[in-house]
Amino acid sequence: MSKKITIEPVTRVEGHGKVTIYMDDQNNVRESRLHIVEFRGFERFVQGRPYWEMPVLVQRLCGICPVSHHLAAAKALDVIVGAGAGDGLTAVGEKMRRLMHYGQFFQSHVLHFFHLSSPDFLFGFDGDPLKRNIIGVAMENRELAVQGVMMRKFGQEVIRLTAGKKVHGTGAVPGGINKNLTIEERDELLKGPDPMNADKMVEWSVAALDFFKGYHKANRKMVDEFAAFPSNHLSMVRKDGAFDIYHGVLRAVDAEGKIILNDVDYQDYENYIEEEVRDWSYMKFPYLKEYGKEQGWYRVGPLARLNVCDFMPTPLAQKEFEEYKAYTNGKPNNMSLHYHWARLIEVLHCAEVIRDLLNDPDLQNEDLVVKGEKRHRGVGVLEAPRGTLFHHYEINDDDLVTLANLIVSTTNNNEPMNRAVNHTANAMLNGHTEITEGMMNAVEVAIRAYDPCLSCATHALGQMPLEITMINNENRIVDHKTK
Amino acid sequence: MNKKVKVLVYGYGNPGRQDDALGIEMAERIKEWAEKNHFDNIETDTNYQLNVEDAEKVSKKDVVVFVDATQEDIHEFKFSRLQPSSEKVEFSMHSVSPDYVLHVCKELFNKTPKSCQMAIKGYRWDFKEGLSDNAKLNLEQAFQYLTRRLEQYIDTQVHYPISMLSK
Repeated sequence: MSKKITIEPVTRVEGHGKVTIYMDDQNNVRESRLHIVEFRGFERFVQGRPYWEMPVLVQRLCGICPVSHHLAAAKALDVIVGAGAGDGLTAVGEKMRRLMHYGQFFQSHVLHFFHLSSPDFLFGFDGDPLKRNIIGVAMENRELAVQGVMMRKFGQEVIRLTAGKKVHGTGAVPGGINKNLTIEERDELLKGPDPMNADKMVEWSVAALDFFKGYHKANRKMVDEFAAFPSNHLSMVRKDGAFDIYHGVLRAVDAEGKIILNDVDYQDYENYIEEEVRDWSYMKFPYLKEYGKEQGWYRVGPLARLNVCDFMPTPLAQKEFEEYKAYTNGKPNNMSLHYHWARLIEVLHCAEVIRDLLNDPDLQNEDLVVKGEKRHRGVGVLEAPRGTLFHHYEINDDDLVTLANLIVSTTNNNEPMNRAVNHTANAMLNGHTEITEGMMNAVEVAIRAYDPCLSCATHALGQMPLEITMINNENRIVDHKTK
Repeated sequence: MNKKVKVLVYGYGNPGRQDDALGIEMAERIKEWAEKNHFDNIETDTNYQLNVEDAEKVSKKDVVVFVDATQEDIHEFKFSRLQPSSEKVEFSMHSVSPDYVLHVCKELFNKTPKSCQMAIKGYRWDFKEGLSDNAKLNLEQAFQYLTRRLEQYIDTQVHYPISMLSK
């Protein structure tokens, strides 16, 4: 008798998802699928709206990473207003946007590591579910928990001061920004009383990396083998190959490190990336056109970024990057739980960049916006915390949006997340007739490593209880659990 | 008004989703009212949703009122007392409940401010800005109630328990 096991929603990921694992009559995993349960159709919604509304409008996608959407839309509209494709802004325009973006990255990664993932490291995948949260972390390591909260707060303050406000910020406008950073605002972040200053954030970022590396050292086999599988990796890099999350070219490498997409202009992304629709999911499956659906899928996000770039352009992050790369002898890292290691190196890099930017007098310049000859098509790409984010808009002569295409980070990771689930399900569930808490959480841990934002990927709203349903091949429920 | 009492009115929701903006609208009206009346001990804040780091902000206040829109089947609004609670642990963490914020506040910062939640009834949740007409009426009633209660409470908070704030 074959069974279908459904786990919904996936807890501690942003948004909501459902995992279905199909078992055969020998209680082995036959197939697994990560489902998306609701579709919001945002791309259709923005059609017919004036183009200049986009940077604010797209923040309605979700409240998790509004800054990423805000900036990706602004970058696309830079092209439309003739302000260049990411490199034509004034110094203050680009640097303010970068500060906002690095602040968003910092707080998002901190949330993920301290609040979503560190409980797994402290208590194990089969630990008490009531402990696997930030309060549990506090009971075990109070200092770590407080650091997590204060680092999040610092990142949010960077966003507030650069975007103008926390909700529906308007910092980026087509062709530039609408405010610079005053000396008072700069000093609030640069010289704030401990711990709310950039130096402390750098110090704590190093400490967070040490925490992870200590865990890794003690649990090397598990961390290295859990949901490890080869893949291609896609990311944006600076033109000289440096790690860059705001602007650059698209590059992809295969599992061995061979470059398979060689620093292409993202304005032409449609020539290189295709999206597959599958009938069982609302989320598309992107892949590199040249390599086809089977061979062209790729990972994005921290793991991919560190596999694709040549170096980190800040000293402390570069030192950590060298250690990280040495672990795989310079080859691409294909271990899913190493996403956390890569993510924390990015946290350190962001803290260093934020500190450097705050010391840059260009932030007080007043030439905020540039404009040129209007165009009817613009693509904005950046690296969002969860991976490469594409915004593509086309407008008509009345300045109204006629086409919008968004490929969000989580969508780019759709195939690898499904593979991670399948890998874990095979390792944990084969031969079993009951689903334990530890097994369930292992599947979730595999997904969580990718830090998916499912509400963003599908634009879903709503909450559901966690449900596990086992259905046999006669479509009858044979077991049902909730939590 | 006893200006030693530090008050936070925290409105949250998505102003791009019509009546989901009720919490934020309330916070903005309270801010205006407090400035007009020189109640500089009353601070307001807004966000799309509550986050774990809000626990740190809350830890510096004596009284906190969380304001949100609700789809619940209630009349104009509901005002209730909050206690720190770990019963409903929010695993997704991108959006945490007020009682969980209080719980984090208590555990990490050893503070438990007196706290209430105001839930204001909303009706429309489309991708538009601006409240529905009925939501505007509810907001007005809730605003009158909250300002009256804040004035009464802050004036006499030494003698009145927090339960006096309950509707």
